[in-house]
Parts: sequence; structure tokens; C-alpha cells
Amino acid sequence: MSYCKQEGKDRIIFVTKEDHEAPSNAELIADDPNDPYEEQGLILPSGEINWNCPCLGGMASGPCGEPFKAAFSCFHYSTEEVKGSDCVDKFRSMQECMQRYPELYPQEDDNDNTPQGESGAAEAATPGTGDSDPAPTPDSTPVSGDASQTQRPTAS
Amino acid sequence: MLKCRTAWQKLAPLARASSTLCRQNVKRTVLKCDSTMTQVPRVQMSSGTPGGDNTLYIVLVGATCLGAGFYAYRTLTSDKSRYHDRISEIASRPSKMSPQEQPATYMQTEPTAPAVEAPAPVSLPEIPAHAPYLLIGGGTASFAAARSIRARDPGARVLIVTDEPDLPYMRPPLSKELWFSDDPSATETLRFKQWNGKERSIYFQPPSFYVSPQDLPKVENGGVAVLTGKRVVHMDVRGNKVRLDDDSEISYDKCLIATGGVPRNMQVIERAGDEVMKRTTLFRKIEDFKSLENISRDVKSITIIGGGFLGSELACALGRRSTESGLEVMQMFPEKGNMGKVLPEYLSNWTTQKVRREGVNVITEALVKNVSFQDGKLEIKLKDGRLVKTDHIVAAVGLEPSVELAKSAGLEVDSDFGGYRVNAELQARSNIWVAGDAACFYDIRLGRRRVEHHDHAVVSGRLAGENMTGANKPYWHQSMFWSDLGPDVGYEAIGIVDSSLPTVGVFAKATAKDTPKAATEQSGTGIRSESETEAVASGEMLASTASPQAPQQEEDYGKGVIFYLRDKVVVGIILWNVFNRMPIARKIIKDGEEHADLNEVAKLFNIHED
Repeated sequence: MSYCKQEGKDRIIFVTKEDHEAPSNAELIADDPNDPYEEQGLILPSGEINWNCPCLGGMASGPCGEPFKAAFSCFHYSTEEVKGSDCVDKFRSMQECMQRYPELYPQEDDNDNTPQGESGAAEAATPGTGDSDPAPTPDSTPVSGDASQTQRPTAS
Repeated sequence: MLKCRTAWQKLAPLARASSTLCRQNVKRTVLKCDSTMTQVPRVQMSSGTPGGDNTLYIVLVGATCLGAGFYAYRTLTSDKSRYHDRISEIASRPSKMSPQEQPATYMQTEPTAPAVEAPAPVSLPEIPAHAPYLLIGGGTASFAAARSIRARDPGARVLIVTDEPDLPYMRPPLSKELWFSDDPSATETLRFKQWNGKERSIYFQPPSFYVSPQDLPKVENGGVAVLTGKRVVHMDVRGNKVRLDDDSEISYDKCLIATGGVPRNMQVIERAGDEVMKRTTLFRKIEDFKSLENISRDVKSITIIGGGFLGSELACALGRRSTESGLEVMQMFPEKGNMGKVLPEYLSNWTTQKVRREGVNVITEALVKNVSFQDGKLEIKLKDGRLVKTDHIVAAVGLEPSVELAKSAGLEVDSDFGGYRVNAELQARSNIWVAGDAACFYDIRLGRRRVEHHDHAVVSGRLAGENMTGANKPYWHQSMFWSDLGPDVGYEAIGIVDSSLPTVGVFAKATAKDTPKAATEQSGTGIRSESETEAVASGEMLASTASPQAPQQEEDYGKGVIFYLRDKVVVGIILWNVFNRMPIARKIIKDGEEHADLNEVAKLFNIHED
């Protein structure tokens, strides 16, 4: 049985699980997915890639940022049957760049530094789930960038 | 205009003379007309050529006018040529004044051509003369902006100038995780375990991420360079350049001021003399953490003055140590309970009890009157007469935003909140943005404010970076903050969370499962990695709190959600031991609606679930 008390200007309500079982009748305003003010996910409403997405960690901003953007853009706009098969060169130069900075791009087996760069990038291509959750696929963005708005600071 | 004036001034006497002449002539002519009219109506028409007199006058006037006109023309043209001479003389001056800039710009624009008059092209200046993006301050906001700029402007060259010796790092672990680390070398490595179990450094990026300031102008694809140990002392907004404390100058295209602040000290301590000052820590930077960590091993008693976030977190961190080392930890503040300015009174009291259970001797309603050093101990005298003896003081009494550049840059400083005053897009003036602790900005939803939290530094730094690259977005995505006070108390908050506002708290009737630690184990998400000893200790504590269940007893505010209201609109929310629901809270604040029944709104959070 829930109860309520008032301490000066502060009101305190204790509720049981049963009290909160009925769905809420509080009304929330519908969100506009194209609101320019809002934080965007990985893919912008225009179809372009949002390089500033927290889900990318530091990939687009680091020393290999430009090769990364080139490779990833190529993949994103690729219309081949095997998506990204025409982008192998760009992924190779991205990988070469990343090998020069092993501290920033640790060479793990299950990330997108392997020759199957496309599949790794494809993982990162799935849009971030909601505006405050970063890196749905932590392994595909190995850079420990974290100036991302999260609930707690995390490395991807 | 000047030409006309000088011309007129020269011509004026002449003009007057000729005009009086003209007027006199006209008068005479008119009089003549009138006289002829009254006398002989028929002769009216012949005012133009009444006779010989008039012709002479007309010729005279004509000649004068012609002469005046000719003179005026001569004057104007000579003035014009004199003016041009003067302007070209002024224009030639700046090129004489800055011979140093010329070789540098010369090198930048023609890097391939062999230098003709510039010094040898091999040695670039250590401090670049120009940075397209100049970020003053090397903290969280600055780093977030750098990342944003690099993501949006391909090949951007970003220069961060910081007076600290360190590369950009995050502050929260300095008063939280680093103290709880199992690793004894954590103080040196500055590595900690995150809530998801992964270990990382407090530095945002290792040194290899950055390019050297020297290489910044020429490195292909641009990069981020950090110039450490240099302070910007003067800003020339008109000339788009800054001057450092070593007198070097850096010009910029876009500039971000992210200077943060310095910890406030207490007057009673400043007045107390050197012996007290050297036993006082003002906690903010890495060196403060290292120093305090060392001191906590050496001394027998530490007192923290201040009951806000930093003070309470440090008290809990040191209190945890006290169980192992026998260190006496005291915390004193003027409010009635920990976080007294943030939490409603009932919750603040509850929190204070928890902090006491962490091993801290909490002294509430304590106003420090006087501090002195006597017999090898610091003596803190309170206004109500109580005396506290301790070995070391940590003053956590607020932050003073760093606005030293306001004067030279001509920037506005806010009188209510402190910090540089900026608009909703975080812009102070053309080409100058401010982010982080130092920014007093206009929040479209919540009004003008200044926020001193980590996530706000990230959000505002990011936004400033976006706007510096042409986005023109206002502050809209609301930042959040969080705090953990021991294994039992953890909360996340968003918006304006001020205890002077009316609040409505909706709490789940408590069960033994409601702690950050329990939430960790249940959901497997890892709120925080706990050591074995902590697990044992909290287990005992949970057993003791589970027993009193009678509603008359002191309520156990295990978990819930607290709404802060301003004019019936929710402007702030605290999620008390309820995690992963921040997006819902953010949405409610963004809507800014009046809700008749906040219990219904609380249902959205599903507080009974994990």
C-alpha cells in the first residue's frame, strides 16, 4: 500500500510494485526524428554519415581519421552486390595507417583491423541505440575515445 | 565628408560674401519690381532687364561665382591628393612593424619554394604562429571540442594550449575510481576500472594520438596538438590573436575558451599563514590527487571542509581507507547534511548517515571561524565553539571560474553565476566560443546557468566544436551528472537540482536488493567493480538495514526518482539508485510540461525493476 507524506516543501511518496503496475497516463510530447537540435545517430536524416557520432569513439578524429572516413564513406555509398568490395584499397590504407599507431588502434582479432575490414565497419554502421548510449558494438571501435555523453565515462 | 567640410570651410567666407551680394541684388531687384508694380503694372514683366544697372550686377555676381567655383575645384583636388598620400603612408606602417610574422606566413603559403628572405625552412618554430582552431585550456571541454572539430572539418589543425603539464584527462576518477583501485600502482599509472569492467587511463588519449605543436602547420591531414605548460595571458579580439606568458603570439581563425576554474580557498585559511597553507589541499588536478594520496598514508587525521560533491566523494574515499589504516577522517560543512544544497533535507540526512557508515566523522552545521597551527597540529575553531584538531585539511568549497582573459578580450563576465557570458550557441563574440566550467550560457529550456560537471564539459565542448565548424546549434541535449557515495548510495541526475526548489520524491518500498552493488550483480552490467573486502562489508550493512521495516521507523530510501519543480514544471530529476533510465529523464525535462500527477510520471521509470 503506497503512502505519501509531506516534509515542508518536499513531498515523499512510497509506492509498491503493484501501485506502479498500471501503465502511466503521463503524456509525453512526440519526438521529431529530424529535429536539427537533437543529437543524431550514426546516419543523419540526409543519409550522410555523422562523423561526430559518439558511437565512433575517436575513429574519425584521430591521426587515421581521414583514411577511416574515406574507407567508411566508400563502404556506406557502395552499391556493389558485396557491399564494400570496391573499397578494399581504402580499407587497406586505413589499416596501414592504424598499424602505425598500435597504441591507439590495438590489433585485436575480433575488431575491424582485420582484412575483413568491411564486416567490422558494417558492425559499426548499425546506428547507435538512442542518444545517450554509445558503442553498441564495443569491439569494432577499439580506440579508447570517450568524450562521449554517456551515463558514466567508458572506453569503447 | 571630410572633403566637403574642409572645402566648405575654405569657401565659406567667399560663399557668404557672394551670397550676401546675391541677396542684396535680389532684394534690390525685388524692390525694384515691387516699386515698379505699384507704380506701373505694365512694367512688372521687365524685372529681368530693367536697365544697365542690373547687367553690371549680374556680370559681377557671375564672375564671383565662377571664381569661387574655380577656387573650390582647385582646393578639392589638392585635398584629395593629400588624403591619398596620407592613407598610403598609414598603410605602409604595419608592414614595418611585424617583420617576424612575415617569414612565418611566407613559409606557410609557399612551403615548397626555397625561402628567399625567411630563415632556413628546416627548423619550424616550436610554437606555431597560427592555428586555424585555437583551444585555450586543456581539459574535458577542450578535448571534446577538438574531437568534434576533427570529425566535422576534414584535415582540421587544432592547437590546444594548457598551463598544466599534462595532456587532456578526465577528472571524475581523481575523486572516485582511482581511490578504490585494487592496483597499488594506480596512483602512478592513473589507470582505473570502469563500471563495465574494462580498464583505462584517465587520459583521454595516449600521447601518440596527438601531433607536436611544431608539426601542426604542415602535417598532412591535420591533427590535434597540445602545447603544455603555457598560459594565455592576453587576447586581441580585433587582431584575432593571443599572447602567451612567454610573449609568443598565436593567431587564430576560431577560438575556444575552455579555461575551467581554480578551487576556491577559504579566507580563514589564507589568513592563517604558511604553516596552515602547506597543510591544506585544494583538490582539482592530477598533482593534487597524487599529493593527497601520499599524505593520506602519512598523517593520522584529515579533515575535509565542504559538503558538496567533491567533499563528500573524497570523504567517502578516504573513509574507506580509514578502515584499513586507522586514518581519522572528518568532514565539516555549514549545511545540515551531505549534499545539503542538492538533495531535499530528508535525503540529505539519510545520505549523511551513509557517509558516517563509510567511516567518516561528519560534523554538520559547522562554520569555520579560525584555523591555526599549534603543537604540530592544525586547530580548526568553529563558530559554535567546537574545536577540531587535525593534521591536514582538504578544502572543497567551490570553484572559481577562470575569467582572466575577459578584460583584454573585452568579454562579458556574468555577475550572477560567474564565468564568461555566452549565448545559447555558446558564442561570446565572433569567432570566440566558451565551453565547460567557465561558460555561463543560455539554456533554452532551463534559463541562463553555469554547470560544473563532467558530462556538461563533454556536451558543451562537443557543441562548441560543432558550432566552430558552422553548425549553429543551441545547447539542447541536456547534460547529466552522477555521484557514488559508497556501495549503498549512487545516483544520476539531470537539469537543475537545487534543494531550495520544491521536490516530489517517489520511492519504491525498499528491499535488500536496492544498491548499486546489487544492481551490478543482478544485471551483470557492472556499475562498479568492487573488491572482495567491500563485498563482505556491504553484506553486513545490508543485513542490518533490512531488519527495521515498520513504516514509523526511519524510512529506507532504497531507490526512487525525485522531481525538482519550478512553477510546476519539472526542471530537474534525480535517479536514486536507479540506473540506465537517463533518456527518459532527459525527455521529461526537454518537454517542459506541467504534469498533474508526478506519480504517473514516476511510473515511466519502472523503479521496481532493475
